[in-house]
Amino acid sequence: MKKILISLLLLLFGTSAYADCNIKSGSINILANDFPALRTFVETAKGCKGSADFKVTHSSEHNKIAVPALTANPSEFSARIAANSSIVPLMNQDLIRPLDDLVKKYGKGIQDSQLITIDGKIMAVAFMANTQHLYYREDVLKELGIAVPKTYEEVVAASEKIRASGKMQYPYAAAYKAGWNLAEEFVNMYIGHGGEFFKAGTAQPSINNAKGVATLNMLKKLAGLSNPDYLTHDSEAIKVEWESGNVALMTLWASRSGTLLDDDGDAKITAATKLTGPATVAGGNIPAATLWWDGFTLAKNRSDADAEATFRALAHAAANKKMVADAADQAVWLIEGFKPGPKSIGVIEAVKMKAKPYPMLPQMGLMHGALGSEIVEFLQGKESAEQALKDVEAAYMSKAKEQGFL
Amino acid sequence: MPNKTFFWFFLPTGLAMILFIGLPIISTGIQSFYAQHDQVVKEVKKCDPFGCTVSIVVDQEKTSKIREEKPLGKFNGFGTYVDRNHLAIKEIGKFWDETNSFGEFVDQVTNLPFYKALIFTLTYCLFVTPNVLLLGFIIALSLNAVTRRIRGPLIFGTILPMIVTPLVGSLVLFWMIDAEGIIGANLQMLMDDPYLSLKSSKTLTWITIIIYGIWHHSPFAFVVFYAALQTVPQEPVEAAIIDGASRWQRVRHIVLPHIYPVVTFVALISLMDNFRVFEPIIGFSAEGSAQSLSWLIYDNLVNEEVILFGSAAATSMMTIVGIAILLAPVLIRTWKEFRTAR
Repeated sequence: MKKILISLLLLLFGTSAYADCNIKSGSINILANDFPALRTFVETAKGCKGSADFKVTHSSEHNKIAVPALTANPSEFSARIAANSSIVPLMNQDLIRPLDDLVKKYGKGIQDSQLITIDGKIMAVAFMANTQHLYYREDVLKELGIAVPKTYEEVVAASEKIRASGKMQYPYAAAYKAGWNLAEEFVNMYIGHGGEFFKAGTAQPSINNAKGVATLNMLKKLAGLSNPDYLTHDSEAIKVEWESGNVALMTLWASRSGTLLDDDGDAKITAATKLTGPATVAGGNIPAATLWWDGFTLAKNRSDADAEATFRALAHAAANKKMVADAADQAVWLIEGFKPGPKSIGVIEAVKMKAKPYPMLPQMGLMHGALGSEIVEFLQGKESAEQALKDVEAAYMSKAKEQGFL
Repeated sequence: MPNKTFFWFFLPTGLAMILFIGLPIISTGIQSFYAQHDQVVKEVKKCDPFGCTVSIVVDQEKTSKIREEKPLGKFNGFGTYVDRNHLAIKEIGKFWDETNSFGEFVDQVTNLPFYKALIFTLTYCLFVTPNVLLLGFIIALSLNAVTRRIRGPLIFGTILPMIVTPLVGSLVLFWMIDAEGIIGANLQMLMDDPYLSLKSSKTLTWITIIIYGIWHHSPFAFVVFYAALQTVPQEPVEAAIIDGASRWQRVRHIVLPHIYPVVTFVALISLMDNFRVFEPIIGFSAEGSAQSLSWLIYDNLVNEEVILFGSAAATSMMTIVGIAILLAPVLIRTWKEFRTAR
């Protein structure tokens, strides 16, 4: 018994000695998406928890839990790692608290560029950037004498050439799974065409236009060069396709490059996997991609003491040069001291090319949802592009009316 | 059982049902008549690592005041029920006026989300329920005929599909029908068509889900039928054999009439279950090709970053009405038989 006690005590001291931020009390509970960089970030925050209670939920279903869990009072989570799109429902429902005082008190080392301010109030602290960009198989392109594509038109031409060579049946891949993923591809491509989702200053949709039609046609061309099961393929599925060597060109999240380039799988494919910036489309200058940040927000319905403890732990990670140096491969960190490596090319290129951030509008989630289900039939060849866009607008309008936006 | 005994016997279950089923349904019903308040938005400056823009946000001060006054939202009556994403009364009227042929009209209507889902749901019910009854009955008859020694293991093997969690069962099949899975690859070879994909075609996806449904639900019908078969009296069967009745005649004229009430029961339960088809759509990632009413509710509640409680509640209520309509013929028939029996 005594031994156990002693070893327990040692354990306690062991952890608190590791990186103490001197947090005396409070309880920390974090909700986050599940990919390596976020795990590293949360682990770093845990290292400084002191004597506070520390819990974390990593889930790819985080979007589905966030609003209900933060609506409860007291809320289940004291912090939520959010992104451009997922912060919006939290703002709409008034579920997160301004961080100005905490940043002033404990935010040493956090750079101003990391702060997400809305109406003059700091609502989140960003720590990494993300985007979707092109991946290509150097060996395949070289063998067929194809230059690295810079536009989606070139992607189509290159894919057709690869298919004609008989090397690969379905040389292109992107996450076209019906629902959120497919809608995200539309959003990227539509922004690449220079489209606007709403009539300026209103929540009235405006996607049924020539740019929308061009967007859909490009998506269909790319879908025709993808595995016929593309409507069931999410990021994970196309990653598997890539690792089995079935694909030579792919649009995928920058945050997935870590697992794509790790030692698992065929070394030959991994060695030939190269990253480049996102493609443009239809002669546009800005890439057909959206920029994303990941940052932390604090729940409103939680005691001030918990918020303070949570902020201190997370701020420790959000200004941690050691973490950034150790995990430089995992993400494009927005934290001071980050030296971009070869895996960050995609995001850096996207920023250089002036990619637009994902629109942070209160009604954007509804538009995204309507896109995800209503453009499927166009891709299946069951209806015209105009009809599909008309359906998206109609589906969006009904939802927006129910939500009080129209 | 006298009515009074029945009442006391049923009371705890009844109370639990009111508490856990009745009240939530009432609350859902109320919810379906409300929509969110009009959003008060304001223009603000937003800054993030990629720069600053002028954008809009929901004005929390004003909104919270309205929310506090009327927490349920804005009364919308049947507004949600008749909007484009549900019954779409106005849209259908417009299609009727605008379209030239009946076929075109049907095309337009079945393009609406609710009717799209309704058609899949009904097709699924229509194909799965009779096949489940038939298959369950055939398996029960066959198993009843094999020797007792191997019956135990056979029964266990037969009810396995029901034991497997629906989501896991459908996922296993989903991987098997993948273009590189065991079924998918063999089908491509058999059909001599390297482009054949069960997941990309709408019709094939529907067929896959329906076959999965039959596979998953048959054991239930089998178990009930098998139990019922044990109660078939042997005397009339033996008498029929002596009279020279064939096996089919014995089944048709003695076994079936005897287990008829059980068939009705299984049909009812199957219909109810099948009308709420949901897991296979998720398991097969078939959202693109097949949507059911239950999937619509799920979509409204979790697939959007904004939760559409009103929409989900309205679809739920219509699902309940749909089940009631489907069950009505069977229920009326049972009620009539009950009356004549008394």
